[in-house]
Amino acid sequence: MTTMTIAKAINEGLRATLAANPKSLLMGEDIGPLGGVYRVTDGLIGEFGPDRVVDTPLAESGIIGTAIGLALRGYSPVCEIQFDGFVFPGFNQITTQLAKIHSRSSGNLSVPVVIRIPYGGGIGSIEHHSESPEALFAHTAGLRIITPSNPHDAYWMIQQAVECKDPVIIFEPKRRYWLKGDVDVQGPGPSEDPFKAHVLREGTDATVVAYGPLVPVALAAANAAEEDGRSLEVIDLRSISPIDFDTVTASVRKTGRLIVAHEAPTFGGVGGEIAARISERAFHSLEAPVIRVGGFHMPYPVAKVEEDYLPDIDRILEALDRALSY
Amino acid sequence: MGTHLPSTEFDGTAVDDQREADAEAVLGEPAAHMVQLLGPDGKLGADPVFSNYADKLTPEALRGLYADMAAIRRFDVEATALQRQGQLALWVPLTGQEAAQIGSGRASQPQDYIFPTYREHGVALTRNVDLAELLRQFRGVSNGGWNPKDTNFHLYTLVLAAQTLHAVGYAMGIQRDQKLAAATGAAGKEPDAAVIAYFGDGASSEGDVHESMVFASSYNAPVVFFCQNNHWAISVPSNVQTRVPLSNRAKGYGFPGIRVDGNDVIAVHAVTEWALEHARRGKGPVLIEAFTYRVGAHTTADDPTKYRESAEEDAWRAKDPLARLEKYLSAEGLADDAFFAKVKADGDELAAYVRRTAHDLEDPDIRQSFANVYAEAHPLVAEELAWFEEYSAGFAGEEESAGQAAKAGH
Ligand SMILES: Cc1ncc(C[n+]2csc(CCOP(=O)(O)OP(=O)(O)O)c2C)c(N)n1
Repeated sequence: MTTMTIAKAINEGLRATLAANPKSLLMGEDIGPLGGVYRVTDGLIGEFGPDRVVDTPLAESGIIGTAIGLALRGYSPVCEIQFDGFVFPGFNQITTQLAKIHSRSSGNLSVPVVIRIPYGGGIGSIEHHSESPEALFAHTAGLRIITPSNPHDAYWMIQQAVECKDPVIIFEPKRRYWLKGDVDVQGPGPSEDPFKAHVLREGTDATVVAYGPLVPVALAAANAAEEDGRSLEVIDLRSISPIDFDTVTASVRKTGRLIVAHEAPTFGGVGGEIAARISERAFHSLEAPVIRVGGFHMPYPVAKVEEDYLPDIDRILEALDRALSY
Repeated sequence: MGTHLPSTEFDGTAVDDQREADAEAVLGEPAAHMVQLLGPDGKLGADPVFSNYADKLTPEALRGLYADMAAIRRFDVEATALQRQGQLALWVPLTGQEAAQIGSGRASQPQDYIFPTYREHGVALTRNVDLAELLRQFRGVSNGGWNPKDTNFHLYTLVLAAQTLHAVGYAMGIQRDQKLAAATGAAGKEPDAAVIAYFGDGASSEGDVHESMVFASSYNAPVVFFCQNNHWAISVPSNVQTRVPLSNRAKGYGFPGIRVDGNDVIAVHAVTEWALEHARRGKGPVLIEAFTYRVGAHTTADDPTKYRESAEEDAWRAKDPLARLEKYLSAEGLADDAFFAKVKADGDELAAYVRRTAHDLEDPDIRQSFANVYAEAHPLVAEELAWFEEYSAGFAGEEESAGQAAKAGH
C-alpha cells in the first residue's frame, strides 16, 4: 500500500502503462515539459521522450483524429483534453468516428483510444473549466466511460482503460486531484472489472448512487444521516457507460429507496437513465420514486455562486427527507 | 499574379486577380519581410507602403499610443497583484504585447467590431471598455462583464478560435447591410465598417481558424484576422503550431498576409489601418501576424520556468515596446519629463480605481443565472428555481432561529 493523491495515482498509472506497453503513448496540449496544466503527466516526457509523450498542436479534433489513426496502426494513444469545456472541438471525431469505427467495420477494426478529461466544478474557475459533459458522451454508443473517485481506482482504471479494446473516456474529477488515499499497487490490479460499481458503505434506509467528485459528498451525507438515525447505503458507480445496474438493483431491493447524485444538470442526465432503469427493474421494491440530485438547467454558473449550484450534503439529505416521506 | 491551376470556371475572374495582385503588392516575399518602422533603438525607419500611414500620426497621437501602452501595463501589474491577493480567480497577463494591442486597437474606427480572445485588455482600453468591469469575469462574478453593444468590443471567448468564425459571420452581415442600404438608397449614411478577429499562434492550429479563413475568402468578407504570435501557447512553442511564418498561410486562402513587428506600435498601427481600409473598401480579408512575445506567464496559474529559458525572455525584454517609443519621443523632442511623469501618475490613478472597483464588484445571486438561461420563460427553469427558493427558504428559517437562539442566550 502506498498513499498518494489522485493526480499522482494517474501519473503512476500512466508511467506503468508506458513502461509495460511500448505501443502506448500520450498526446495532448502542454503535457510535455509542463506536465499538463494539472501536472498529471509530470516527469513522463523526461523518462519516455517526446515520441511517447507528445506535446501536440493546439487542436482537439487533431488530437483525437490522429489518435484514431495511430490506434488503427496498432498503437494505444492516451489523449489528454485540457479541460471539460474544451472537448467540443474534438466532439465530432469522438462521436462520429471514434465511437463508430468498430461497428462500421463489422468488428474488423478496433480503436483503443483513451481520452482523459478533467471534469467538474468546485475549483473557483472561469467559464468552460467546470463542466460535467459526461451524458453527452454516454448517449453515444461505442464509447466506454469511467470515472474514478479515489487514488486506487485512478491508478488501476487508467491502466485498464489502455488495455481495453474499445475507446474509453476517463472523466477525472479535477477538484479531487489532490485527494489522498491508499493505492494497492500489487492488486487487486487489472483483473478487477473497471466497469463494476462498488458498494462503499452498507445501509438499510436508502441507497445513494454517486460517481466521481460527488462520492466523498455522498459518504459525508451518509455520516450526517447516521447521526439522525438513518442508514444510507452508498454506491460508487465508477462506470457511466456501461452502468452496473445489477449492483444498484440489488441495493435498492434491500433499501427500497434510491437517490442519484451528480454534478451535471439533472435534466437529460445520467441520473435520469438510472431512475428509469431501476423503476423498470425494481418497481415493486421501491417505496418512493427515485430522486435525482444534480446541477440546474443552466450553463455552469460563475464561481461566486457555484456553491449554490453544486450538490452538497444538504441537498442529498433533503432528497433523503423526500424519499422517506412517501 | 502568375499561373492559375489548370481548372475551372473561376479562371480569369477579375476579383481573384485583383486580390492576388493586392497580396503581391504588399507582400513581396512575405516570409522574408517583416514590417518594422520603429526599431528597438528608438529610430524610425521607412517602408514603401506603410510609412505613408505612419506619417499621419500626429505628435499627440504618438503620445496617446505611449500613454495607452503605459496605462495597460500598469493595469496588468495591478490585476496580477489582485489575483495574488485572492481578489481574482485568475489573471491573464499581457505584458510584452502592449504595442500589438494598442496599435491595432487604436487603428480601428468606432464602427468596426472587435472579436477578442481573452488577453486583449489593451484592445479593450482603446475601445473604452471600463477596465474594472473587465475584471468581472476573472473575479468569477460574471461570464462576460460589459455590454458589447456599447463599445463594439465583443465578450472574451475562452474556447480557442471559436470567435474567428463569429467574426467572419459578422463581417458577412456588414456586407448584407451594405447591399440593403444600396437597394433602399440609404448607402453612405453609415460609415463602412470592418471586423477584427484576434487569436493566438496556438489557436491558429484549431480547425475553426481554417474554416473562418475559407469563409472569409469565399465571401470576400471585410475581416482582419489579427494573430498575436507571442511565441508560446501555454508551454508549447510556436514551432509546434507552424513551420512557416503564420502570415504566409494567408496566401493559401487567397488574401494578403503581413508579418509586422508586434513590439513596434507605429508599424502595428500602420499595418492595421491599411488592412481595415482594405477590408472596408470591399477588397476582402487580411491576415496580420504580430510578431511579439508574452514576457510573463501564460496565466497566474502557469509556471514558465518549467518550459523556457530566462535568456529568451531577456532577449525579448530588450525589444520592449514602451521603451522604444519612449526613446523616440524623447529623442525627437515630442515628449518631456512632465509628460512621462503625468503618464505615470495617471497609471497609478487607474490602478487605484481598478483596485477600488474590483473589491466592490458585487457577488451575484444564483437567481440571476436562472433568469438568464433563456430569453423567454422556460418551464423547467421555472420549476427548478421554485424548488431552489423553497429549499433555501428552509435554511433561512433555520438560520433565523439559530440566530434568535443565539440572541436569547445572551
Ligand atoms: C479549445 C480550447 N482548447 C484548449 C484550451 C486551453 N488553453 C487556454 S489558453 C491556451 C493556449 C493558447 O495559446 P495561444 O493561442 O498562442 O494564445 P496566447 O494565450 O499565447 O495568447 C490553451 C491551450 C482552450 N481555452 N480552448
